[in-house]
Amino acid sequence: MCDTCGCSNNSGYTIITSSGGHTHHGDDHQHPHTHPHQHDHGNEENHSHHHHSGKIIEVEKDALYHNNLLAERNRGFFEAKNIVALNLVSSPGAGKTLLLEKTVQSRQVKRIISVIEGDQQTTRDADRIKSAGVPVVQVNTGSGCHLDASMVHSALKELQPPDNSILMIENVGNLVCPAMFDLGETARVVVISVTEGEDKPLKYPYMFQSSHVCIINKTDLLPHLDFNLDELKNNALKINHHLQFFEISLRSGTGLENWLEWLNKQ
Amino acid sequence: MHEFSIAVNIVEIAEETAKLHHAEKISGIVLEIGEASGIVPEALEMAMQSAVKNTMLENAKITFIYIPAKAICNDCNKEFNPDNLIAVCPHCSSFNVTITSGKEMRVKSIEID
Repeated sequence: MCDTCGCSNNSGYTIITSSGGHTHHGDDHQHPHTHPHQHDHGNEENHSHHHHSGKIIEVEKDALYHNNLLAERNRGFFEAKNIVALNLVSSPGAGKTLLLEKTVQSRQVKRIISVIEGDQQTTRDADRIKSAGVPVVQVNTGSGCHLDASMVHSALKELQPPDNSILMIENVGNLVCPAMFDLGETARVVVISVTEGEDKPLKYPYMFQSSHVCIINKTDLLPHLDFNLDELKNNALKINHHLQFFEISLRSGTGLENWLEWLNKQ
Repeated sequence: MHEFSIAVNIVEIAEETAKLHHAEKISGIVLEIGEASGIVPEALEMAMQSAVKNTMLENAKITFIYIPAKAICNDCNKEFNPDNLIAVCPHCSSFNVTITSGKEMRVKSIEID
């Protein structure tokens, strides 16, 4: 069983691929569990312990303690090198990769940009970014549904982003799981497209609550849709009233300049 | 299915703690899970069953304590129990609220022999 998402695909593993083509397999996935097993559990608070001789040790640790610790190490690395690290999250197909391509191709971002690409399989996105002319490392999560701090930590060793640069981390397309995992990023950017429905923020509140910036993409399609932009924004603000919006058509380039301006202010 | 990642992390934390106390087996573990933590209880309970296999927790009694969500309104200062993350103050309808508890996902304690 895969350690990362619980799927039963035994080929699940993490692969880090640098733009130079060098590949190594992460060793943080193991699949040792094969035999069926049952035990008692439930919402029991009556403390009728069978093991009266047992010694209770108070742990009081967050379940994601290890991830959070490593995320703070990443964050410290970014701060020391004055790197702006952005964690790009969205459902599949909202336009994360195109946002990266258009951002790079604009040639209007003052800082050097490098990219970590997260996907379950293939180096397609990394290839797209590489041809846009920036250093990129692909992280394949195998059957995993999100990037975690240790994957980013490993990818950083490959990528070695320079001081004063911008690091874009494109997370796995998924509006649920990536919300739970701090990567050590400076800011989280959620991308939503107008074909997805105004109620997405209410359906996936954790992602919108943990984000700082919300990019609304595919605005060129608005004349063809019964989509209410204000309703989307209001729904998102109900979850997170600090959210900053950018309305962009990545296809036509409309609105991209506001995003670039924001990037240059970071 | 981030619950499985979380279950694996829980097992790691428990084993790490038990080893510090020179234990070889863990007979019980108590987890505190907030209602607004983003964890689906059934998914975590199922994930834990798989995650403990071949670990020190293999036969451990797992106790889940679910903590209700609480929030405070930043406008009228009243406390209330929100249904979920979309917390609206029932007193003044403000969205400007802070979740004060219910986001926990914590290993509270373990029991060793």
